[in-house]
Order: sequence, then structure tokens, then C-alpha cells
Amino acid sequence: MSILVGKDTRVLIQGLGKTGQFHTDKAIAYGTQMVGAVHPSRNGAVAHFEGETDHSGVPGRDDTYSADLPVFATVKQAVAETGANASVVYVPPPFAADAIMEAAAAGLDLVVAITEGVPVADMIKAKRYLADKPTRLIGPNCPGVITPGECKIGIMPGYIHERGRIGVISRSGTLTYEAVYQLTLNGLGQTTAVGIGGDPVNGTSFVDMLRMFEDDPETEGVIMIGEIGGTAEEEAAEFVASEMTKPVAGFIAGTTAPAGKRMGHAGAIVSGGKGTAAAKIEAMRAAGVVMAETPTDMGEAMARALD
Amino acid sequence: MKIHEYQAKELMAARAIPVPLGRMATTADDAAAAVRPLIEESGNPVVVLKAQIHAGGRGKGTFEEHPGLRGVNVIVEGIEGGPEAAEAKVADLAAKMLGSTLVTVQTGAEGKVVNRVYVEQGVDIARELYLAVLLDRAVSRNIVMASTEGGMEIEKVAEETPEKILRQEIDPAIGLADFQAHELAVGLGMEGDTAKSFTRFVKALDRAATDLDTELIEINPLVVTSSGLVMALDGKMAFDDNALFRHPDVAAMRDESEEDPAELAAKEAGLNYIKLDGTIGCLVNGAGLAMATMDTIKHVGGEPANFLDVGGGADEGQVTTAFQIITKDPAVEGIFVNIFGGIMRCDVIATGIVAAVKNVGLSVPLVVRLEGTNVEKGKEIIRQSGLDVVAADSLLDGAEKIVELV
Repeated sequence: MSILVGKDTRVLIQGLGKTGQFHTDKAIAYGTQMVGAVHPSRNGAVAHFEGETDHSGVPGRDDTYSADLPVFATVKQAVAETGANASVVYVPPPFAADAIMEAAAAGLDLVVAITEGVPVADMIKAKRYLADKPTRLIGPNCPGVITPGECKIGIMPGYIHERGRIGVISRSGTLTYEAVYQLTLNGLGQTTAVGIGGDPVNGTSFVDMLRMFEDDPETEGVIMIGEIGGTAEEEAAEFVASEMTKPVAGFIAGTTAPAGKRMGHAGAIVSGGKGTAAAKIEAMRAAGVVMAETPTDMGEAMARALD
Repeated sequence: MKIHEYQAKELMAARAIPVPLGRMATTADDAAAAVRPLIEESGNPVVVLKAQIHAGGRGKGTFEEHPGLRGVNVIVEGIEGGPEAAEAKVADLAAKMLGSTLVTVQTGAEGKVVNRVYVEQGVDIARELYLAVLLDRAVSRNIVMASTEGGMEIEKVAEETPEKILRQEIDPAIGLADFQAHELAVGLGMEGDTAKSFTRFVKALDRAATDLDTELIEINPLVVTSSGLVMALDGKMAFDDNALFRHPDVAAMRDESEEDPAELAAKEAGLNYIKLDGTIGCLVNGAGLAMATMDTIKHVGGEPANFLDVGGGADEGQVTTAFQIITKDPAVEGIFVNIFGGIMRCDVIATGIVAAVKNVGLSVPLVVRLEGTNVEKGKEIIRQSGLDVVAADSLLDGAEKIVELV
């Protein structure tokens, strides 16, 4: 087991631009079942991908891949033809929220929005649209979701991951890689790693993911990586204290961030004295989360939490 | 993006949201010339002269060059002396304010230079209230926040007397409903025409927030005039940068003189840079990792000089610009490059660093930590360059090395 994605996840790509094509290629090389693409004006085209797989040389696995993805005009058509149950969104910011709603309208279980820079007002509307639908949205402005060895949706480098025991949840991209790599090096590995994104309005919260990892029999512990801004980490701490039986480790970035300044991510800002790293660290500690002192210590903090 | 009070009021006036009459001026002469028409149009001999900077607390703020002079001045000379007396006073004060540095609780000790002043009609105030439209991240919706405690710092009100803050969540498909506006009016103790004036005001404000993609509209104080009309005495607006592409008129209001020149240059190069007070320059890929790098430097006893995220797909040119920006800061005594290559390949970054150092020159220690995609190639490029670079194995190791070297 794992969460959100696995061997049976059939993925569409929305937004077949340069970035989308690049990462589709990487996803196929990793072994993800990419089944089709959606592009409003390239209906009927075929997108071809080929190359050496990530597991080239591994006995019993293919050394190379060659895939032809059919391109559809709408997500509904793509779902009808391919049986897709998930999509990944690389659509440019002005159109990304619409792409997310289209995916939900087509009945997909999971939409992973990588796009950075989606207007907040668009996300407020998209989130309301998704409220009464079963579709789960991850992101936007996130690295994606990966279940090592089975399915990689997003922009994370596949090779730093190793299938294992830990669920990873993070608001950041490269800082997630840092945590994942440490878990790979210390042998704990990951069940699934989820980047929930750095925007102020996103589809999935820490609490949503903690709940899924708590219910996943393969996951033995969870590491959550937060940052300044908002109160999502405080809400997660409450959930950890009241509902989690599995050990949780954590790290919060932005202890040294000045108030009132947006630290790269749209959602990473301390305003009106709210959203400070100190308040989040305190809430998480109080909830029994084992906190990493530095980002180099994340893997070890997880190991300590498991002891 | 932030704009000035006078610009926010222009945008409100264009949407039939009541604001006092006023004129912006960049010279003392222009400020004085604004006085007579304002007095004639409004019928009020009192005018107000307000410094325009992108920071709050102006009313209590004072000028570095003119201790005792405030950022907001009520000019009452016109009551007895007529418009000429008001003009003379405005000319005198505006001459002092323009070009001087205003220090408020929000500017920090270094203050902000005043390049524009706003001359506004006086208003007879019966009550001062607080009103704002902003995102509530916990519910992923905009909310209207209102309070009877106008003119106060709202954070303080929220902390000390939270029951005095009223809030209404806005359904994005409906907007602020009539009943919600009415509930707010009742909660603020309004009735009759004042309540009607308020509900019109707050509904128009909600529409403005949606139409303009604001991140925040804050009216503090919102006033009830002696004749019972609701009016914005102050106005603060900040916009969602990601939505500016659909508001070229708003984007044109940007006042670059209010922004840090280095941060502006970085933005133009597609980099995220924020100047800090320390001595160790940082160059990192990814916002979360960049913050964590600063934190780690501090953790081992150093002080970061900046936040700098080169993003996921930086090219050689961007890396060079990033180096230029960091080395231009005279406070920088050492540089720490921390890259976890995912999409960003370490060999590309390494090539960029080598080119940048050769271009820009380097007079301070440089520690480089590379990890991730093509890390061996990246390390090889740096080794072969012959540059005086200290290699680090981890984020912590790199932070310790640079702090030691500085």
C-alpha cells in the first residue's frame, strides 16, 4: 500500500508545453502509466516519447521505453478513451484553475497541479467548485506526488527516492528532496511523498495527508515539512495530538525570515504577527512531533521519532 | 504589489465608494495649489496633508530631518485665515515633508523618503471604524472584517478584544450577500441611512476586491461623518502579483521608488531576492530550501545577508545576475551556494558559478554544496575551474564552513 498513487494510476497530462513534455518523458522513464494528453487545439495528434528507463540494467525490467500518447481536445474525451483516473496540470497560470475544474468535472480521482503563479481568486473559485466533488487536488505550486517504484507524477527527481516506511508531506519542493534523500540514505525510505504546494490556497492540507498516512498500513511514520505563513501547521499539530497513533517528525523553514516579506512562495509570509516559524514549531513540539533542528537533521529526526 | 493611499482612493472613487476629495502633489507649489479648489468644492476650510509612502503608522510617524513634524497634518489655518492661510501652511509643511525621511512603526528605523504628498478635504468625523476585505487561508475564501475600534492597530484589537471583530465569509459564487452586509451594519451599531450607506459601501468594496484581484483592502479608519455618511478616510490596497497580468491599469500604478533596487533588479531577472541584515550571501534553488539555508546559517552562529531563490530552471545568465546582486551588497563577507538539483542540473549550476565568478570576480570566500542530478559532473566542473571554492557535503557542513571562513 501507499497513498494517492500507485501501479494502477493512469495519468493524463494537461498542458503539453515544453515543461509538460519534459516531465512526461521523465515520468514514463520512471515507469508511470502516462495514458494520454489534453490540448485544446491539438486533438488527434500523437505525442511520442522514447529513451532509456530509470531502471535500465535492472534484471527483469525494461531498459528502454517508447510511448505514443494520444492527444485529446477535452479531459472528458481523454477519460472516455483511456480510462485515466488522474491528471497532472502544467497549464500556464492564467488557465490552470480552469484546467483543474475541467479535470474534476471529468470525474478524475486525483489532480496534481504543478503550475506556479495561479491567481488566488482563481483558486478560491476552483476550490469551491471541487468542494462537492470526489476529486482530490494536490497543489498548485507543488513538486507533485510519488510512490517510489510505482508512480511519479510531478517534477521531483525520481532516483533520490527509495520505497520504504515513511510518508512525506511538504509545502516546499527542493526541501522535500532534501528530506526524501536523507530517508533514502538512512534506509527508512518512503511510502509516498506528497508536495502540497506553497500557495495560500491549495487543494490538500497537511491534515488531509496525515489522515491518509495514518490509515495506510504500509506507512510507519510521517515527516511533515512546513514553512512560515498561514496556520496549516498548527491545524496539523492539533490533528497529530488528537488523532495520530504513528510517530511524526517535522521541520519548519523560515525561522530567520523577516515579517511582512514574501519568501519566494506566495504563501510564505508572516503578516500581522501570524504564521511565524516559532509559533508553528512550538505547536508541533507540544503535539509530540519530533522536530529537526536543521534541514540536515530531518532523516535523523524521523529515525528518533520511530524509536 | 502595494500602491499609495491616493491611488487606492482613486480606484475606490471610480467604483462609487465614497472617499474625501483630494489631490496628489510632488512639489510644495502643487500641494499649495490644490488647497483652494478643495476648500471651495467641499465647503470645509480644513484640509489634511498626508505623506504618501508604502507603510502604515504615518499619523504617529515623524521625520528624521524635522523632529516633531508628523506624517499626517491637519491644516486648520483656513478656518480663521481663509484659503490663503491654509495654502501658506500647506506650502511650508509640504516643502519640509517632500524629500525627507519618514520613520513609522512599519518602516523600520531607516524610514522611507517621501516623494509624494496628498492634500485632502477635511471631514467632520462622528465615528471611526475598521473595515477590511482579505483572504482567510483557513477557509480558502475572502472575508470581510469589521470593528468598532477604528484607527487602532487591528492586530492589537484581535489580541486584546477579539469579540470586537466582526467577520463574514464571502462565497466566491455569490459575493457578499445583502444579509451579511446588514449583519455587519447592525453589529457596528448602525441604523437608518447610516446603515444603508454602510451596506452600499461594504458591498462595493467586496466587488472591488474581486474586480481588482486585491490581496487586501483595508480602510482604517472608515468614518461616519457628522451627516451620517460612511466614507474611507484612509485606504490601503495590496494586489495579488499573480493576477496583475489581467490588470494593466493597476500594474501601471507601481511606484518603483518604494522598492529596494536590488530586489527590483532580481525580480526583473526572474529571481527571488530579499535583502537581510547579515554578512553571508546565499544562493539557493527553491524557496523552502533557501529559507532553510538561512535558518541553518543562523543556527551555526552566522547571519544571512539575503534570501535568494534562483528557481527551478535558472540558466547561466540568471546565476551570473544572482552573483552580481549578492556581491554588490557591501555587507557580504562570504557566499554560500546550496543547490539540490532536481530539474536544475548541478553541472548547469556549476558552469554558471564558474562563469559568474570569472565575470564578476570574487573577493570573499565561497562555499558550494551540490547535491542531486548530475552532481559528479558539477563537482568536476568546479574542481577543474581552478577557482578557490570550498566544497561542502551537506547543508549543515556548508553552513559551518562559511561561518568559519567569515
